Amino acid sequence: MELTKNISLFRRTRALENEIDEFLDKLSQSSLHFKIAVKVYLRDRCTTDFENKLQDVNKMESEADHLRRAIETKLYAQTLIPESRGDVLGLIENLDHLLNLFEGALWAFSIEKPEIPDEYHADYETLSDMAVESVEALVLASRAFFRNIEAVGDHNHKVMFYEKEADKVSTKLKKAIFNSELDLSRKAQLRNFVEHIDNIPDWAEDVADRLAIYAIKRTV
Amino acid sequence: MELSVLFFLTSGLFLGWALGANDAANVFGTAVGTRMIRFTTAAVVCTVFVILGAVISGAGTTETLGKLGAIDALPGSFMAAFAAALAVYLMTKAGLPVSTTQAIVGAIIGWNLFTDTVTDPTALAKILSTWLISPILAAGFAMVLFKATTMVLARARLHLIRLDAYTRLGLLLAGAFGAYSLGANNIANVMGVFVPASPFTDFEFAGLFTFSSTEQLFLLGALAIGLGVVTYSKRVMMTVGTGIMPLSPVAAWVVVMSHSMVLFLFASQGLESFLQSNGLPTIPLVPVSSSQAVVGAVLGIALLKGGRGIRWRVVGGIGAGWVVTPLIAGVVCFIGLFFLQNVFDQKVHAGGPGKEPLAVFSAPAGTAVGPDPAPARKRPL
Repeated sequence: MELTKNISLFRRTRALENEIDEFLDKLSQSSLHFKIAVKVYLRDRCTTDFENKLQDVNKMESEADHLRRAIETKLYAQTLIPESRGDVLGLIENLDHLLNLFEGALWAFSIEKPEIPDEYHADYETLSDMAVESVEALVLASRAFFRNIEAVGDHNHKVMFYEKEADKVSTKLKKAIFNSELDLSRKAQLRNFVEHIDNIPDWAEDVADRLAIYAIKRTV
Repeated sequence: MELSVLFFLTSGLFLGWALGANDAANVFGTAVGTRMIRFTTAAVVCTVFVILGAVISGAGTTETLGKLGAIDALPGSFMAAFAAALAVYLMTKAGLPVSTTQAIVGAIIGWNLFTDTVTDPTALAKILSTWLISPILAAGFAMVLFKATTMVLARARLHLIRLDAYTRLGLLLAGAFGAYSLGANNIANVMGVFVPASPFTDFEFAGLFTFSSTEQLFLLGALAIGLGVVTYSKRVMMTVGTGIMPLSPVAAWVVVMSHSMVLFLFASQGLESFLQSNGLPTIPLVPVSSSQAVVGAVLGIALLKGGRGIRWRVVGGIGAGWVVTPLIAGVVCFIGLFFLQNVFDQKVHAGGPGKEPLAVFSAPAGTAVGPDPAPARKRPL
């Protein structure tokens, strides 16, 4: 009875494994779309190309939401991984928040259409690159959490590294903006866009910190 | 069979129930406690395999227990099992970990002292030494198995979800093996004292195989164990998981496997004859404590991890139970036999005073206190 249940359990676990992998793929792809979208915006501002990228991220976000709900339901309905269920749930939800941050930042660009002076373009782009790199490293750390627990640390330290670098760039950028002759309203708007992007590596670092604890819990 | 025979067997059934209620948790406790396996599944698998283990492989350890003191009158068996069950009950009430094995050995020695029967020092030494060896052996098994498992898992790089599925299956199979070993090794504790004075007769089953009186006793005892599992073990299972130190499901699997291997080694007549035929030293067939095997296995893993997180107070309590349990059982048995013989006028051993309890019981009463209970159960009743 339980044996046949276990055999069908193997089939169902394969499906769940795929869903988790797919969810992480969506996050990784969103970050790459985001990177291109920021580049496009800085180069051409709010063009169709940019809107298309926004739609891509939008689609990824809603697909990832579906996957997240499916994963969470299966974890609880099938009472899987009782020891790590809460941790996995927390991880998936925190990763999902990164997708919201990507989407939110691009929507802000699309709605407010900020005019970013050319001299800040390079720093905005670097900031966006650091944000994306930190998320990419976090995706690898998360994959390692599921398959190769010892490797979590190898990727986590990169998340910390990119977050620090992003902090440096954002501070430099904010100083440059507020030392400029721009109107205070524009300064505030440009600062907001720095923070929209900088929030991404900050959140990635928080998730990486929790992931490190989840990993320790699993090895005990 | 007369009703009074059944009455005398009740103490054994009580002891069986207590064993089922307590020791099933050693086999399925962590799996159920961590919700890896549902209690219903655990209870069914545990009951079925305890019965199989008891009926198929229960004879080996019973023989050794018989050598310690072959209780040859049913009222005597009743009191020994009752004393053991009372000791188990009192210790459980006091929140102390308890072993039915130690309780019944204490009770048998109590019977020996009361009836002036010499306790076979070789059998006693054999039993006592295995009590020391079994947790150490379980610790050794656990260390090797844990190292091997973690190495294999590190290499296999299984997905967390897949590992979970394998662990569930592993816990179920290890639990079935554990329950079989528990039945094989510990049925002697429950029904061993009744074997020389068995009220049952052998009967042939459609000319195919003989269902011996001992096997019938074991089936009855195993059913009592099963009843204990179904009715009372859930509570123990839910609290056992974190007793000594918290365990991951994989570590729990290692603990159950190591425990089961130890119980199996000390109960397997097949292994004994295999070792004998190959000129290797044999392993004595002795009922060992399931709880202590589990404690040994958990300590093995804990030591492998540097000994952190061990609750030594719990370990100390278990160590104290080692001495206290047989002592209580022995004293209760001695006093109980005194009352049974002098107040209720029951014959508590073959050559003793008191009236024969039952007509059907007269034949085994003539049986001398022998080292091997096997000839006694072959006598026609």
